[in-house]
Amino acid sequence: MKRYSAFAIAREALRYHTGWERAWRSPQPKSKYDVIIVGAGGHGLATAYYLGKNFGITNVAVIEKGWLGGGNTGRNTTIIRSNYLQDPSAAIYEKSRSLYETLSQDLNYNIMFSPRGVLMLAQTQHEIRGYKRTAHANALQGVPTEWIEPGRVKEICPIIELNGPRYPVLGGLFQARGGTARHDAVAWGYARACSDMGMDIIQQCEVTNVRTEAGKVVGVDTTKGAIDCDKLGGIVAGHSSVLAEMAGFRLPMESVALQALVSEPIKPAMDIVVMANTVHGYLSQSDKGEMVIGGGTDGYNNYTQRGSFHHIEETVRALIETFPMLSRLKMLRQWGGIVDVTGDRSPMLTKTPIEGMFMNCGWGTGGFKAIPGSGWAMAELMAKGESPLTDEFSMWRFKEGKFIDESVAAGVAH
Amino acid sequence: MLILDCPCCGVSGEETEFHAGGEAHLKRHSVGSTDDQFEEYLFMRENPRGVHFERWRHNNGCGKWFHAARCTQTLEVFGTYSAQTYEPPKEIKDAISAKRPGWSWRNFS
Repeated sequence: MKRYSAFAIAREALRYHTGWERAWRSPQPKSKYDVIIVGAGGHGLATAYYLGKNFGITNVAVIEKGWLGGGNTGRNTTIIRSNYLQDPSAAIYEKSRSLYETLSQDLNYNIMFSPRGVLMLAQTQHEIRGYKRTAHANALQGVPTEWIEPGRVKEICPIIELNGPRYPVLGGLFQARGGTARHDAVAWGYARACSDMGMDIIQQCEVTNVRTEAGKVVGVDTTKGAIDCDKLGGIVAGHSSVLAEMAGFRLPMESVALQALVSEPIKPAMDIVVMANTVHGYLSQSDKGEMVIGGGTDGYNNYTQRGSFHHIEETVRALIETFPMLSRLKMLRQWGGIVDVTGDRSPMLTKTPIEGMFMNCGWGTGGFKAIPGSGWAMAELMAKGESPLTDEFSMWRFKEGKFIDESVAAGVAH
Repeated sequence: MLILDCPCCGVSGEETEFHAGGEAHLKRHSVGSTDDQFEEYLFMRENPRGVHFERWRHNNGCGKWFHAARCTQTLEVFGTYSAQTYEPPKEIKDAISAKRPGWSWRNFS
């Protein structure tokens, strides 16, 4: 792999950019790999990357039924934060956020990480108490966040209307080191690095069956033929239940559609990320100038990657009370993704009833921020059979009552 | 946008008039049940890509609960039926079979 650098740009400029090579190879699958990862989204590619980087396991295939990064990795609102309430969540999300800080250098690929600050608005008395509690919990966890008063909110986000008639802004939980990154670049950067380590990324190859012998995984059947493996990682977000069914077990989760939309591009108006959880909306401005708006989930099981129209109306109607300037904007695009929601709104990074098969799913409405940390932890789990970051995230925690309850702390729209 | 027919009051309405209430025909385990049964009831969910059965409530209408048979892949509604039943009636099963031959959901087919 040729490294990207200022010199490379200069060199290519002199020869009319004829020397750029493809960022990753597109090989045909081999008959056997040590590890197969199903799903070439951010989490799957990150898992493969850290398997190679941290554990030297490079005989790896990442299989993707569509195109690389075309699922939720390419459909989210790119928010990165780690201000969660429970200790196990703070550990993995903060690991992730800290990995994001140096990810561009690590991958030699500009993921455009922008730690611009994430502000979660408190618009009810209940939220004030909830966020102060989270701020205290974060202090104990070593995650820098702070509770800020309305005056400071207006200072860092001038376009906000503090005295909305229904939902006045009463303060906020601010994580200055949170922010955004370029979501596609995260997938592309990991894919390029994986391919460089000799891993095979096989796109447009759908897994149709998981083959097991005596309770142990031996391979998968795909639309490009059968592939054997010693270990299998299922990292397929909204389709995890479908993959689990192929292997003959069930998961405590449901798949629902979550949608987002962007406005026409405007001049810089807001240089932080704002989440308004009471009204189920969150907002940031992309580098292109579009206002990126995330909404709530549809309330029923769904695999359509679309989202209901009336939820757009609900989201935007609520947001223009807090951001009146939005009322003049035209909306350009809307899209949806299928998110995998668990009972306690925390993910599962877990062994399964099938020996050698692992699942990494249940990230629900907030998976993008977790990509590096999730990959790091999942790689350790798959390589060593355990990881301090994944211990609490077993799929059996529900039976034991050991929930990691983030349904209050985690984002919006549950 | 889903269009549902409320079997209780007969009104045909769009989804904003209703509220989804989760998986249908759950066995409500209670006192004396095992950990496995409680896990099954509270957390394990059918999450099929295809034919699915759900509870819905006519929130902004008659307020009553009912059941719906739906496809999670196409958002097609196969039919709705009374909440006072342990399994889908024959006409609902037939309506599904006409469009999805060989379907199954839990132990129904």
